[in-house]
Amino acid sequence: MKFVKHYLSYIVIGALAVIISAVGAAGGIPGTFSALLEQSVIAIILAVSLNMVVGFLGELSLGHAGFMCIGAYVGGKLAVLLSSSLGGTNIVTVILALIVGGLCAGICGFIVGLPALRLRGDYLAIVTLAFGEIVKNIFENSEFFGGQTGLKTPEFTTQRSTRFVLFLIGAVIVLLTLFVIQNIIRSKHGRAITAIRDNEIAARATGINVTKYKLMGFIVSAVFAGLAGVLYSYSQQSLQAKTFDYNYSIEILVIVVLGGMTVNGSIVSAVLITALNNILQTNLGGSFAVAKDLIYAVVLILLVIYRNAPALKSFREKYNLANLWKRLVKPKHDPSRVGDDSVRWDVVPTKISMDEVLSTDVVIDTTGDNSADIGERGGNK
Amino acid sequence: MAKLIDSVKTFVNTKILKKVHKRESIDSKYVLETRNLGISFGGLKAAQNVNLKIEKNEIYGLIGPNGAGKTTVFNLLTGVYQPTEGAFYLNGEDLTGLPQDKINHKGIARTFQNIRLFNNMTVVRNVMVGLTNQPEYHCSLFESIFRLPRHFKVEKEMRKRAKELLRIFDLEDERNNLACNLPYGKQRKLEIARALATNPKLLLLDEPAAGMNPNETEDLVNTIKKIRDEFDMTVLLIEHDMKFVSGLCDRITVLNFGTVLTEGDTKTALSNPDVIKAYIGG
Repeated sequence: MKFVKHYLSYIVIGALAVIISAVGAAGGIPGTFSALLEQSVIAIILAVSLNMVVGFLGELSLGHAGFMCIGAYVGGKLAVLLSSSLGGTNIVTVILALIVGGLCAGICGFIVGLPALRLRGDYLAIVTLAFGEIVKNIFENSEFFGGQTGLKTPEFTTQRSTRFVLFLIGAVIVLLTLFVIQNIIRSKHGRAITAIRDNEIAARATGINVTKYKLMGFIVSAVFAGLAGVLYSYSQQSLQAKTFDYNYSIEILVIVVLGGMTVNGSIVSAVLITALNNILQTNLGGSFAVAKDLIYAVVLILLVIYRNAPALKSFREKYNLANLWKRLVKPKHDPSRVGDDSVRWDVVPTKISMDEVLSTDVVIDTTGDNSADIGERGGNK
Repeated sequence: MAKLIDSVKTFVNTKILKKVHKRESIDSKYVLETRNLGISFGGLKAAQNVNLKIEKNEIYGLIGPNGAGKTTVFNLLTGVYQPTEGAFYLNGEDLTGLPQDKINHKGIARTFQNIRLFNNMTVVRNVMVGLTNQPEYHCSLFESIFRLPRHFKVEKEMRKRAKELLRIFDLEDERNNLACNLPYGKQRKLEIARALATNPKLLLLDEPAAGMNPNETEDLVNTIKKIRDEFDMTVLLIEHDMKFVSGLCDRITVLNFGTVLTEGDTKTALSNPDVIKAYIGG
C-alpha cells in the first residue's frame, strides 16, 4: 500500500503515456489533442520543478519562465544548428538539445541563486521577476537568436502518425523530473530543505548549510524548467520571446498554488489548467475571443474560493476525494470502530492537550488532607 | 589627506579585518573559554568583557535580570552575531567568526528561548534533521537521487538513532505526530533532543524551564542531569527560575548591563549582595 502511495504518480503517468503512445502509433490522435498533450506535459514539468522552490524551499520565485526561456532558446538554436549540419531531426539531436538547454538553465539558476540567497520573501520575488524580464529582453533583441521575428525551430515531425513521439519524450522527462525531485525530497537532503522552509534560524543552528541547500533547490528547479523549455521549442514552429513574460511565470505559480504546493497536486492542476486554457482558446472564436481571459480568471477565482472559503469547509470535507475513497471502502458508519491511533494531536484544537491536563497527577491521598495539594498545584498553573 | 588615510584605516580595521579575525588555538583545560568576549551595536555595548570558563561535565548557569545580555552571549557563542571584541575557544580551538553551521559542526548546539521547531515536520524528522551533518550518516546527493544502497542504510540508521534519542525524552510514542501539535513541555524536550542529535560537546539551553509547570520543571532537572551523565555533556544554561538554577547548576555567572557582576559556585554567587541588588533594586 505504501509502495502504491509513493509511486502513484509514476504509475499513472507511465500507464497514460503507454496507452496514448499506442493509440498515437495507430494514428488515432487528432492534431489539436496532441498539442494539448504536449502542453500538459510541459506544464507538469514546469509546475513540479517550481514546486521544488515554492513548496519545499518556501521561497517565492517569479522567474520560472525565464529559466524556461533560456532552455527554449539555447536548445532551439542548437537544434537548428544540428539539424542543418546533420540533416533532419533525430533522437540524438533532441537529447543533445535537452542536455545543453537544461545545463544552461541550471547555470543561470546558480547565478541567480547566489545573490538571491541573501534575500527573503518579497525581495527575492522582485529579483526573480526582474531576472525573467531581463532574459526575455536579451533574447528578444539578440540577432543570433532570431531577434524580433523569433527563432524558427526545426519541425519535430510532419507526419501525423509520429507526432506522439514528442509527447512520449515529454512523458519520459516528466518521469525523470518526478524521480529526481521526489527522491531528493524523500532523503536527508530533502529534510534539510524542508527544515529551511519551516524555520531558517533553527536550521542554521542545527548545522544545516543553508547556502548549499538553497542553491541546490534553485539549480534543480532551473534545470527542469530548461528541459521544459527545450520541449516547448520543439512543439512550436517558431519561438517568440514575449511568450515568456511574467504572466507565464505567474501562470505556473497559479498551477503550483492551486495544486496545494505538493507534487501530486501540481501534476493534477497542471493538466486541468492547461486543458481549461486550451479548451477556451479553441472554442471561443471571433468576437468571443476576448472573453477567454475573463472566463479563465473567473474559474480561477471560483476554484480558490472553493478551496479556502471557511463557509464551504463542511461541504469540502464531505465531498473530497479522500472521503469518497473511504465511503466506497467502508460504506457503513460503524460507531464501534475506533481509529487505530488513539492519540491524535492533530485533531486537538488547542495546544493544551488532554495529556498535559492529566499529567498533573493529582495525588489521591486517603489518609491525609489532599485538598491543600490540589490547591497548591492549581495556584502554580 | 591624513584624514582620508585615517578613515580608510578605520574602515579596513572595522569592516574588513573583523571578518578575517585570525584564529589561533590555545591550550585550555576548559570546554568553553571566552576571553573578553563582547559586542557593541553602534554605541550600545550589549555585552563586554565576558569571561567564562566552563569545565567538562559541568552544568553552568548564566543568569541576570532582563536585558542583561544573556541571550546576546548565546548568540555570540553560536555565530548569530560576530563578536566585535574578544574570542571564544571550544576545547582550546578558536571558533570566533565562524558561520553558524560550522560552529555547530565543531560542537556547540543550542535551543531557543521561544521554541523554534520545524513545525510542519514530524517529531522523528525534526531529530533526523539534527543528524544530517554527522559524518557517520554521510550520503551524497547523487546516492540519494539514484537510491543507491547507502541511502537506504543511512536512512535506516538515522531513524534508529533518532528513535533512541526520543526514547530518552519519552517522546517515542509521539514520533509520528507533527511537531507543532505537541504540548509545550514536550516541544521544549524535542528541541533539546534535536540539539543533542548534532552530537555537540557543549549544549546551550536558553531558558529551558520557561512556561513549564513545577512537575515539568522537576522532570526537566532530571533530564538535564541524565543528559550530562549519559552523553558526557557540558551544559551552559540561561534561566530565571532560581530554584531551578540552584538545584541544577554547579557554578554560575551573573550578568548585568552586559558585564559580569559576579561568578562562582551557585550558593555564594546567589547570596552576593550585588546580585540581590541587581534583581530587586535599591
